[in-house]
Amino acid sequence: MGCQSSHPSAIPELDEIMLETGFSQANVVRLYDRFQALDKEQKGYLSKYDLQGIGELAVNPLGDRIINAFFKEGEELTDFRSFIRVLAHFRPLEKGKSNETGRPEPTPNSRLRKLQFAFQLYDQDSDGKISRDEMLQVLRLMVGIQVTDEQLACIAERTIQEADQDGDGAISFEEFATSVEKLNIEQRMSLRLLK
Amino acid sequence: MQPPTGPALASAPESPPGAAPGSPLLRWQWREVQAPCLVAGWILVASLAKIVFQLSKKVTSVVPESCLLILLGLGLGGIVLAITKRAEYQLEPSMFFLFLLPPIVLDSGYFMPSRLFFDNLGAILTYAVIGTLWNSFATGAALWGVKQAGLMDEGVEAGLMDFLLFGSLISAVDPVAVLAVFEEVHINETLFIIVFGESLLNDAVTVVLYKVFNSFVEMGPAHVQATDYLKGVASFFVVSLGGAAVGLLFAFLLALITRFTKRVRIIEPLFVFLLAYMAYLAAEMVSLSSILAVTFCGICCKKYVEANISRKSRTTVKYTMKTLASSSETVIFMFLGISAVDTSKWAWDTALVLGTLLFILLFRAVGVILQTWVLNHFRLTPLDRIDQVVMSYGGLRGAVAFALVILLDGAKVRAKDYFVATTIVVVFFTVLVQGLTIKPLVKWLKVKRSDHHKPTLNEELHEHAFDHILAAVEDVVGHHGYRYWRDKWEQFDKRYLSQLLMRKSAYRLKDEIWDVYCKLNIRDAISFVDQGGHVLSASRLTLPSMPSRSSMSESSVTNLLRESGSGACLDLQVIDTVRSRRDKEDAVMHHVLRGSLYKPRRRYKASYSRHFISPSTQERQDKEIFQQNMKRRLETFKSTKHNVCSAKSKARLKKDGRKKKKSAANAELPNGKPPRSVTWQQTAAVLVAVDSDDEESDSSETEKEDDEGIIFIARATDEILQGKKASGSLDVCPSPRIIPPSPTSAEKELPWKGDRGDLAVYISSETTKIVPVDMQTAWKQSISSLESVASPPGAEPGLHAKTLAGPAPEERHVVPEQRTCFQFPNPLLRSSRPQSAGSPERTEQPELQPLMAPDEHGRMSTSAGPSNSRWLIQFNRAARFSDG
Repeated sequence: MGCQSSHPSAIPELDEIMLETGFSQANVVRLYDRFQALDKEQKGYLSKYDLQGIGELAVNPLGDRIINAFFKEGEELTDFRSFIRVLAHFRPLEKGKSNETGRPEPTPNSRLRKLQFAFQLYDQDSDGKISRDEMLQVLRLMVGIQVTDEQLACIAERTIQEADQDGDGAISFEEFATSVEKLNIEQRMSLRLLK
Repeated sequence: MQPPTGPALASAPESPPGAAPGSPLLRWQWREVQAPCLVAGWILVASLAKIVFQLSKKVTSVVPESCLLILLGLGLGGIVLAITKRAEYQLEPSMFFLFLLPPIVLDSGYFMPSRLFFDNLGAILTYAVIGTLWNSFATGAALWGVKQAGLMDEGVEAGLMDFLLFGSLISAVDPVAVLAVFEEVHINETLFIIVFGESLLNDAVTVVLYKVFNSFVEMGPAHVQATDYLKGVASFFVVSLGGAAVGLLFAFLLALITRFTKRVRIIEPLFVFLLAYMAYLAAEMVSLSSILAVTFCGICCKKYVEANISRKSRTTVKYTMKTLASSSETVIFMFLGISAVDTSKWAWDTALVLGTLLFILLFRAVGVILQTWVLNHFRLTPLDRIDQVVMSYGGLRGAVAFALVILLDGAKVRAKDYFVATTIVVVFFTVLVQGLTIKPLVKWLKVKRSDHHKPTLNEELHEHAFDHILAAVEDVVGHHGYRYWRDKWEQFDKRYLSQLLMRKSAYRLKDEIWDVYCKLNIRDAISFVDQGGHVLSASRLTLPSMPSRSSMSESSVTNLLRESGSGACLDLQVIDTVRSRRDKEDAVMHHVLRGSLYKPRRRYKASYSRHFISPSTQERQDKEIFQQNMKRRLETFKSTKHNVCSAKSKARLKKDGRKKKKSAANAELPNGKPPRSVTWQQTAAVLVAVDSDDEESDSSETEKEDDEGIIFIARATDEILQGKKASGSLDVCPSPRIIPPSPTSAEKELPWKGDRGDLAVYISSETTKIVPVDMQTAWKQSISSLESVASPPGAEPGLHAKTLAGPAPEERHVVPEQRTCFQFPNPLLRSSRPQSAGSPERTEQPELQPLMAPDEHGRMSTSAGPSNSRWLIQFNRAARFSDG
């Protein structure tokens, strides 16, 4: 990324981060470098504006939502710790290693957490359900303009009906998890880079 | 298969000697047809053998078909040898490479799951290039070592170069064998694509190595210079990249051509085969890797070709490709067996055979383990030990090796006979022994099998979402990985390539999520029909794709139908918007009659065209049944109001429809999947908006031509009126005539009346005016009252309707007998006629108006009343009568 590799000691709360996210030191260093590169004014925080500056994100249909996922509700800034915590969702899950940490709560890169991350991208109002409107919004983002609104509504309707098990016209997280049961989430939602 | 000049089969009689001079009645012309006849004969034998194999499920579940075919070939070869005392019908390398191999490669390339292939391209390339290189050199060198150690027979006159040459041809994993064996094993997709992709892509390496070493051997090892080695390395890049480039070029051409085949649908599939074959030949011509060319042509053109060609062409391409590939494969394995019988080419050396077997297995395993170890550092999901075992063990050798060894020049490569024997043994060993044991092995090792499940909309949607999410996270992390480039490529493809290579209509509708949605809908619709379709209540409807839902695709299928412009679905909206009661009644009648009457009456053009396929009767019936059922279902679902009036007739229809559907379903069930997909094709044309619009309009046009709906002479048209006038009295009624009716106000108002005239039974608001004209008793009964009502011309009909409700019921009973009233005017004429045409003429007959109008409207009102179900049934009966 062009900039000098930071010394591990320069990173605040390195050990806690490593413990929490499971990243190796090299990865934390690398991500810290990236964090600093994005933080153009060296203020120690990232704003949405910083992330929006990444060119490719602008053309990504879900780009805005992913940027928002980096920021806690109502906050405009994210520090490195939150930043890396989000990225930790995408660390590949190692076989057999998930239990050895012995912590009660699942690691950030568990299947559950990966799914939760994806779910919250759909569930914009955070009510634990993907409503018809939310589904429609995501579809509108992802589907090309050649599909008409009416067709889109059909797809949304159908998608919800397909996954909706309790008949409330919305997809709860459990229903969401069931609907993607067959997909290899551990693999789909992992970046080899963050191993 | 065999040279045309080859001697005829011993059993084939020669032209009879001593035939009578002069012009014979019959002449024996075996020689003229010999070559093609033998080819066809062999393919027939092989295909029949396949049928026989499939008779026993037990055998085929254990023994792969390729093994059985090789054994059959051995048997047949033995028989031929015994009869002709010499080996015939060998697997000729030229035949193999020019005719038998291309279909298999094209099939595998075209149906390659491209996403999976490109996701694993790195691993595939590594195994294909480095693995094959390693195998070749290691095997060749080791064999040379064995020779040097003095373990081999003196007769094997071969130096290092010869052994390397042999190593190069024996080490390549064979796509035909891999495909044949692995298709029956059903291992998980990733493993399959790696092994299979390797077998396809290693062709370039094999070809290069083979050619380089062959030229070295021919030059003599002493004359080989350093530049030759460099040339060898360079030629690898030229051959592989060149082959791929040729493939891409032809894929581009093919996609471009199919963009313009709108008017020549029938030859669409041909282009696919021709251009792919041209790609193969072109690559072969300039000695590039032809397998690579066809593979890449298939992979790359598929997306655009599939979007461009019609649905039927797609099916044609699919089946033809599968047929060709399957028969090629069959013939290849059979001839491998036959060729093995020919002992004249054999020269056995135990050390060489055993050494080769040992080395190819050993080095394959070593190579796989080493490469996997390296690759696992870069792979997200590492290939575990079990995968490696399967990959090592799945390295089957096949017909490519055999053909290459046969091609060797015996004068230059003096150990050719030994090599041939060894190759045959290796091929037989890998196909028979490894092919037989790989299934139990996979089971025993509990290798992850592929789980085939139908895609759901959710999965498709979320998969896309995950892709986007990951791409975004990669951007945030600042890493430009594989996903980044795939994203870039997809954008480029969307912006330029697809626009250039896809039809406008296809491009417009191209969206993966939407595609999946359509497919699901079609599947639901088909299963609905399969279930019997008569299930009228939506609550009892169960659909495979969403077992728990009841109200499911009510909206989706409806919408789809509506969008596709199918005549069946227009009604719903209309009913909701129609205002007057009269129109509603009209609509009901329209439905019932349309649903029940038209089918048996339709005439089909006995047409033959080489250039267009008109849908067969069966197809039409299926479409109709489907349309009817959908329509009826929607009808009952939404317009419960109208259920009352048509309950009875519907019950009957239901029975009728059910019978039909059952027979249709029965016909389809035993055959399992293929017929199902055929139905899919058939119904699809009715349903789906995705298909190119031109096709739709085509089909509707033909329907317009062929289908003649029943048309009630629904108007008090001037001709009838005049006829009555001429007769002078009301006692004598004219026989009905064919009158092209003009559109009525209802036709104008109710959209379905105007819908392109496709097989509609037109019952307009004036339908009831039909009243069988020569119905004397009825007339007599009503005449007095008619005359008593001195209504002004053009008076509001409703008034009369009410006043005359009395006599009408009696008339109704007579209605069915008046079959002669039903005529078949061309529906096109009516819909195109301007509405105004009728009314002025009508006013010109003022004196008759009062006569007709009251009666008409009397009927009208009664049909609107509670008793109209009877009325409708009678109409149905009328249809039945005339049907018989």
